[in-house]
This record gives sequence, structure tokens and C-alpha cells, in this order.
Amino acid sequence: MSDATVLGAAQAEGFATVREVPAPGMIALKGDLSSPALAEAVRAVTGCAVPGLRRIEAAGPACAGWMAPDEVLLIVQRGDVPAALATIAERLSGAHHLAADVSDMRAVFRLEGAGAREALAKLAPVDLAPGAFEPGELRRTRLAQVPAAFWMEEGGITLVCFRSVARYAFDLLAGAAAPGGAVGHFA
Amino acid sequence: MLLLTCPHCGIDADETELAPGGEAHLTRHGPGATDDDFESYLFLRDNPRGVHLERWRHANGCGKWFIAARCTVSLEVFGTYPAQTARPPQHVLDAIEAKRPGATRKLPVMEGAR
Repeated sequence: MSDATVLGAAQAEGFATVREVPAPGMIALKGDLSSPALAEAVRAVTGCAVPGLRRIEAAGPACAGWMAPDEVLLIVQRGDVPAALATIAERLSGAHHLAADVSDMRAVFRLEGAGAREALAKLAPVDLAPGAFEPGELRRTRLAQVPAAFWMEEGGITLVCFRSVARYAFDLLAGAAAPGGAVGHFA
Repeated sequence: MLLLTCPHCGIDADETELAPGGEAHLTRHGPGATDDDFESYLFLRDNPRGVHLERWRHANGCGKWFIAARCTVSLEVFGTYPAQTARPPQHVLDAIEAKRPGATRKLPVMEGAR
């Protein structure tokens, strides 16, 4: 297993704080999201219900996020991934599905501070105004030139992107949050 | 800039989140087809001035394919629907007819349907 961080927990301070955080255990689960067996598998692994359209459900540190009409992202402790995969295989045996450990596929960043929404809004074609984007929603989109997904948790925004573009994504976020760059659009 | 509503995830997706996939509702002619049919399937595309049905992929979002009905002149969007649809749904046809009377009869996919 690779290191859980790509950039050594890089951090940048500006009108928002950008920092890389260790990637948790992530499982991509594809299958029929409406099937009771899949719901049971998701609950067994994360304690969450199957998220509705574009939602992310959280139960403590574990989360289940809606990625596509046939895909959910399960977030668990990194060490729990093999057991979770075994549980999914057992609960969904006989059902058409795919479960893959994608923990090492992604880099994870946190944006914190009052300017977090604004820094991200500079980079993604998403309405991040308070009221339009709130905790509980997961949005897959692009961050300038690379795909990314993010959701809001108390105190900040968590963003995931591919590990191979971690440096690009971090530099983008750090630049968008650079001191003096605040626009005050959401203020 | 186009804004298309992805029918799979409901997002009003900015054009930059999408990847274009060309003309929709092509009939696939594979092995055993005549040369003419195969050529038309592989190479020949409609390039209308007006209403067009085209494929898009929500590449930077849910990753799914859908079809958009739009006007190539005004960029007006009449509707979007999932790619797993053999024929434009009635509400899309109605939206096109309301703005461009007679246009749906000229759509290649509708030939022989009316």
C-alpha cells in the first residue's frame, strides 16, 4: 500500500486554508442502487443508507456518497477496507456488482475557513452560494482541467481528485485561496 | 456556452463538464451489412441547420451518456433524455413542435414514424 498522502500533507494559507489530508479507505461500489441486497451491504460496511441522488450520507467517519446512477463511493477507515470488501462480496454474492479498493487512486484535500466556498467557486462550474450548495450534497465536476468531487462537512469542504493530478489540484486550490485574492461574492 | 440538464443526475451542467458525442439515434450496421449501409453508419452524418438530436456524455460528472435536442442556429435547448432511449420521448417532440412547427418530421429518427 502506498502512502496515504501524495504531497506529504502539503498546506497553504490564504483567505482559506488548503491542506492535503491522508486518503481514507475508499471503495467504489457499482451495482443496482435500488436493490435491498446492495442497501444491506452499504449499511453493513458504513452504517449509512444508500445515498439519494447527488447526496452523501455520513455515519461518524464512514460515508456513502452518490457518484452515478449505478455507483456509490464508500469511505471507511483505511485498515477496514479488506474486511469491507469481504462483507460486500458476501452480501452481494450472486448479484451483478463490482467493488474495488480505490483508496490509492485519489488524493484528498480539505478547504477550510470562511473563504472556502469562494476559493472553490473560482475553479468549478458549480453554484457554491450558501443555500445552493450545502452539507449533504456531493458534486462531481471539474476543477479547472481535471475531474474532481467534493462535499461539504462541518467546518469545510472535502475534495477528492485523481492521485496523478494531486500537485496540479493543490497548486490550483492554493492559488485560488492566495492572500489578497478574496472577491467577497458570498460575503 | 451551453447549459444542458443531465437526465441522470439532474445537474444543469455547464458545457465544459460535458463531452460531445455527435449525432444521436444512428442505426448500427455491422458485419453482414451492405457497403452502403456500413459507410453511412460509419461516416455519414447529418449536419442540420436547425433542430438536431445529439449525444453528450456527462464526462466530469456522473459519467453517463444522454441525448440533447437543440437548435444549431439559436442554441435553444428543447430537452434532454437518457441515451437508452430508441426514439425521442413525446415531451421533447412536443417542445420542438411548439417552437419549430414541422421540425420533428424532418428528424432522421422520425422518418416513417408519422
